[in-house]
Order: sequence, then C-alpha cells, then structure tokens
Amino acid sequence: MRKVAVVGAGMTKFMRRAQETGKELAWETAKLALDSCDLTIKDVDCVVMGTAPDAFDMVHMKSEYLGDGAGAWRKPYVRGFLGGGTGVFTACQAWYHVASGMFDVCLAVTEEKMSSCLPHPQGAFVTCWDQFTESPLGTSLLWFFAWEMNRYMNAHGITQREIAEVSVKNKKNALHHPCAQLPGEITVDDVMNSEIMAWPVKRLDVSPTSDGAVVLVFASEDFAKRITDKPVWVEGVGWCLDTMYIGQRDLYYPKYVEYAARMAYDMAGIKDPRREIDIAEPYDPFSYKELHHAEGLLLCDKGEAVKLLLNGETQRTGRQPWCPSGGALGVGNAIAATGLMKVAELFWQLRGEAGGRQVPGKPRRGVAQAWGDEMQVGTVVVLGV
Amino acid sequence: MQRRVAIIGLGYTPFRPITPDVSFKEMMFEAAQRAYEDAGVCPRKDIDAFVTCEEDFTHGRSIFNIHIPDNIGAVLKRLHTLPAESLYGLADAYMLINTGLVDVMAVESHSKASNMLTPNYLVAHAMDPVYNKPLGYNPYFIAGLEMNRYLHESGVTREQCALVSVKNRANALLNPGAAYGDRLSVDDVLESEMMFWPLSRLDMSSPADGGIVIVLASEEKARTLCKKPIWVRGVGWCSDAPSLETREWGEAVYARLAGEMAYKIAGVKNPRIEVDFAEVDDTFGYKELQHLEALKLCPPGQAGFMVEEGATQREGDFPVNVSGGSLGVGRLDEATGLQKVLEVVLQLRGEAGQRQLRDVSVGLAQSWRGVPANSGAVAILSNE
Repeated sequence: MRKVAVVGAGMTKFMRRAQETGKELAWETAKLALDSCDLTIKDVDCVVMGTAPDAFDMVHMKSEYLGDGAGAWRKPYVRGFLGGGTGVFTACQAWYHVASGMFDVCLAVTEEKMSSCLPHPQGAFVTCWDQFTESPLGTSLLWFFAWEMNRYMNAHGITQREIAEVSVKNKKNALHHPCAQLPGEITVDDVMNSEIMAWPVKRLDVSPTSDGAVVLVFASEDFAKRITDKPVWVEGVGWCLDTMYIGQRDLYYPKYVEYAARMAYDMAGIKDPRREIDIAEPYDPFSYKELHHAEGLLLCDKGEAVKLLLNGETQRTGRQPWCPSGGALGVGNAIAATGLMKVAELFWQLRGEAGGRQVPGKPRRGVAQAWGDEMQVGTVVVLGV
Repeated sequence: MQRRVAIIGLGYTPFRPITPDVSFKEMMFEAAQRAYEDAGVCPRKDIDAFVTCEEDFTHGRSIFNIHIPDNIGAVLKRLHTLPAESLYGLADAYMLINTGLVDVMAVESHSKASNMLTPNYLVAHAMDPVYNKPLGYNPYFIAGLEMNRYLHESGVTREQCALVSVKNRANALLNPGAAYGDRLSVDDVLESEMMFWPLSRLDMSSPADGGIVIVLASEEKARTLCKKPIWVRGVGWCSDAPSLETREWGEAVYARLAGEMAYKIAGVKNPRIEVDFAEVDDTFGYKELQHLEALKLCPPGQAGFMVEEGATQREGDFPVNVSGGSLGVGRLDEATGLQKVLEVVLQLRGEAGQRQLRDVSVGLAQSWRGVPANSGAVAILSNE
C-alpha cells in the first residue's frame, strides 16, 4: 500500500457567526494550508470537500458552489458526506485519493457555516429522521443525546457531576488554542447549574454551533519527502455505519466506532491502543461523548473512561491526553471542520508545533475520531511520525 | 500502473415516471438484491465497502446517508455517501480498490424524482446564494443561455439538436426499462413549447424514478467470482468554474478534462477509433453534441453533422445513447451516471436484448452534474 503523509494544515478561527461566505472561508483556509508547506494551487492534483448538511446554508449541491473557493477549478473534485463523521472521513478520502496511485497531492477542505441557518441549525437536523416513524414525534437532536447519555450513565453507574469534568477539561485545554470559540475556566458546579436542555444534558455539556474551516494537504511519500523533513504519516483509516433504526441499537456503547477503530488499528499494526497511542482526539460534541467514544476506540474497558478522566490520565499532561486541542466543547463544533480540526491537532502535536497546548514527551502516534448521522457512524484516522 | 478493476454485477429497477408502489428504501433494496444475485455475492460476507451517491435536497432529508445501510446490506460496514453524480461513485470505488484496502465494493444510486413536487424551486437553491438566487429565476434558463452560446460557437443548428431528441426517444422504444420512448419528428421537437429559448420542451429530458446498484471487484476476485467481468479501464472527473459569471459557456471544459484523465489511465490515444460506442450525458439535446466534441469523439464543430448523417444511430458507425439516454430513459438525477454505466455493461456483456450492438469491446460512459453545475465524470469500460 502506498504511503501517504500530511504535510500542511490551515485553520480559521471558529466563531458563532463569520462574516465571510462559505467560499471565502474555504479559500482563506486553503491558502493558509498551502502556505504552511510552501505549495501553490498548481501543485495540487485533486481536491476533496467535507461539509455537513446542505440545509445549514440552504445551498443545494453545496460542494459545486464551494468548488472554486476550495481551489478545485478545473481539477478532479468530489465531496464525501457522513453527517457529523464527515470531517475525519474527509481525511480518509484524501488518503485513498493519494494511496490509489492516481494523485500525488490532495487538498482536503472542510468548511462549515452553521450561522446562516436561522434561528438555529437544530432546524436542519429535524429533517434528518425517518419521515414516518421519527419525524412525527417532533424530536430535536438533543432528545436523542439525552437518551444516549442517560443510558450510558445507567449502564455504568456514572453521575452527571463526573461527566461534567469533560467540559471543564476541554474548555480549559482550549484556552491555548488560538482558533477556539468557547475556551474558559469553568467548574463542575458551573456545568451542573447551567440550563437543562433535555435532561440530563445541560447547556455546558453541549458544544457551541460554529462557522469555520480547516484544510489539510496530503501527499504521496516521494512528494512529501521532497518538500518536508517532518511528514506525518497516515497509518490507518476506518469508517463504519450502523443501522439507522435507533431502537435496534443499545445506546450504551458505540459499536460502530469500535469497528471503525479496529479497521484503522489493523492497518496501522496497532495491537494495544491503550499503550501504543500517545494522544487521542475523540469527538466530543457533548461531554459524555468523549468518554463514550474513548471506549469505542478501545482506549479503556467499557465504563472505565470516567476513571481515567477523574484520575487525571486524560489531562494534557496525563498518560494519554484526550482532546488536548480543547475539542468541540472548547474550540467549537463547526461539524465537518471540527472533525478535520482533530486530525489537524494530531498533525501539529506530532510535529511539536502545537504551541501552548503541546503535549509533553514527544508524542509519536495519535488517533482522531468523529461520529455522526443518526448516532450511527464512526470515522477514525491514525497518524504517526 | 493501476490495479485492474472489474464490474461483476448489476441490478436495477425499471425506470418509470412515477413509482407510487415502492418507497425509495424498497427501490434501493430491490436494485441491491438483484446486483448481489447477479454478482453471486453476499453483501454481509463478501462486500468490503459501499458507496452511494445522493443529494440531501432531492430526497427532502438532511444527511440522507442515515437512511441507506439497512436497505443495501451495509449495516456495520464501510459505507459513505458522495453528494455527487453517481459516475463519481464508480471512480471512487475504482480508487479504493486501487489502494489495496478493499477488494469488492458496491455502488448505489437511485432517483425518486416523483416525490419532488416543485423540482425547479429546489434546483434554484443550487444557485449562488449571494449573487444569483435572489434574482428568482427558474434555474433552467442557464441551459437556454448555454445552448445559445454553443450553437453560436460551433455552428450546430437547432434542427441538429432536435435530431438528438428524435434519435434517443426512438432508441428508448427498444429498451424495456425506459420511460419515455417515442417516435417523433424534428418538427415535433422544434414546434414543442418554447421553454428557455432556444431550448424547447422536447429538447429537455423528463424526470424518472429508478434505482441502480453495481458491484466492482479487484482482478483476482473478479476472476473467481465472475465469468464475464467488464473491466474499468479508466476513470476521470473534473469541475470547472461553478459561478455563472466566470464559466466557459460554449465548450464543456469539465468533460474535456475528465475525458483526458480517463483516456490517459486507459491508454487511449485516439478515442474516435479505439472506443466503439458511448453513453454520454443528454440531459438536453444539445448536451449530447457538446459532450461528443469535448470528449474528442468527433472533430470540433462536427457533432451536428455526425447526428445528421446518422453516425450516432444504433446502426451507425458510432452509436451514442443506444439505451435512449436521459431523453428516452428519463432523467435520474444523481443516478444518471450509473444508468449510462448500466447500458455500457449490458452492451459489452451482450445482454442488451433487442438493442444489442454487434462487435463492441470498448464503451464510454459520461455524465454531467446537471443545472447549474459545471462538472462531470467519464468511465471507459471494456470486455477485454
């Protein structure tokens, strides 16, 4: 299998409402990424786009519209889509564009503009469900998360206060991220006292909606070695989709994340992810999801994630930092862009370029993961140096 | 050097203007079941990855991807969606098999156009939201402008474009899966209601419903699973400028560049001689001519004469859209590209029934993303 490296990265500041159009966000970030590795758009052989539902900005065939902004003019260009799992999948897609031997340089662009969905992007999610069995219930996305969080807490005897520690940790980590939207020093009591959205999910358990873009440059081994001394290799990729029928799944455990992780670990030759992975960026749109996903990523036994959290092992200075970037809770949740932000965080951490949030001890391998659709898809990427 | 990839199975439901009897889920299931039966594979055991091509808006759902795995046997498997034309799905599978990560893949796409009550209003949302959408035009005016420019630049006439509609709808009469077979005259087309000058109603394809699934495999797997594998010799895809203000109006640049990419991979030097027949995009009559020129399947400016002389008829020396194309079969939205692939594979296998072409070994399928997009893909298939 052909080796593929990440050689450049760019990211805009995540914010509630960006003045730029989606095209402009994509252009600015693509330029940042190319500048970071001294390439120009002429060096790019193909472009992949990740952006979540068209309903956010009410643009049908959104990737066509974003094409020239993303640098795809007169180039092979395609969009991949796995709901909330899109961001990390975009990295998988860029990987196979290059690994297939058909292209040497692939630009992976993710862009999200949620602020154009008024009054709130929640309205777009309501049209996800099955039109016969689910939509008529008038559910919001938060209800689904509330069910899952409740089931997870019940299955393992975990409390809301324990889960709140995830928000505290991630928002604190985000203080050092120059692009973060909602960093902060908060306490467990702040989380517990914040407004209840859908019990047991409280406002500070939830990541903000964001506008933003992240771009990575992927290159073949030969090309990467020519332009950089510090390529970061794509060691494994995996993605997996479970049934849409939420009533047919036991929500206490994300089996689809485990399957996707096993695909990626097999490719990377990882036998024991608890020891062989130095940093993890599990997707954390809600506080409990970081723990839930870490279990799916086989970073601990089922129900044990909260113990690692409470004894400090997942802090930035701990044994295996989780979400050193600040995650979706701290940096912001510009759906597809946040997925790729997690891959970008691994890139910066593994190159030792993460500035104030650099994980000590020269990390050599990291895993990033996103999740989405109707709580049914896991996408996983393993990077290493 | 690319790994060899073959199409080893296909399944489809007949294409019809309305399908009140089945939901899109049942349609996907039916097409998938037929494809797996045709390929002799079990999706749970034998297929490593699935790719589907659907747009959210045409299905009236956000994240349409959610609804897919259960209907095509892809639960807890690799599955992803490309919100793109379905020929991109074939190219995607070709790439994934070439990485060596997977050996057998399924590509699914379908159209349930009859569910859309106001498709023009829906397509209007694909216009640039800042500059164009607020003008409130019916987006198909773009096709009228483009046709006008193409006629001006190439010297092709409205009559020649009308011949494409006549030919393709007549071809469709021999295709039991086609929805819009008809025997028309050039005058019928020219005198039909003027929609977006110079585009008349019969120059335009009409929507149809239908689902298509194809199964692809690496060479080793294909040889063990299939007696008549159809080889994917080359794929290409390309996007030109999306904005109306900066695009090329006369020439289909996206098709030219996608064609060049596919020819290069396939090692095709002289397409007109090395390719035996083609299924190219004919969403509108003039598009077939414009695409034939872009794909170098005829000299520049000669596409009109080619159709006039009957060279692109089923009995001609370079048959084009023998299936009936979008004009005869019906426009299948994202699934259009797979319908082109379906026809090329049936012809190359010798399973095209009454419309079977004789002595064909290399066929080309090409698709365009549809109004208002400016992108498309090409695949070159062969039975050798």
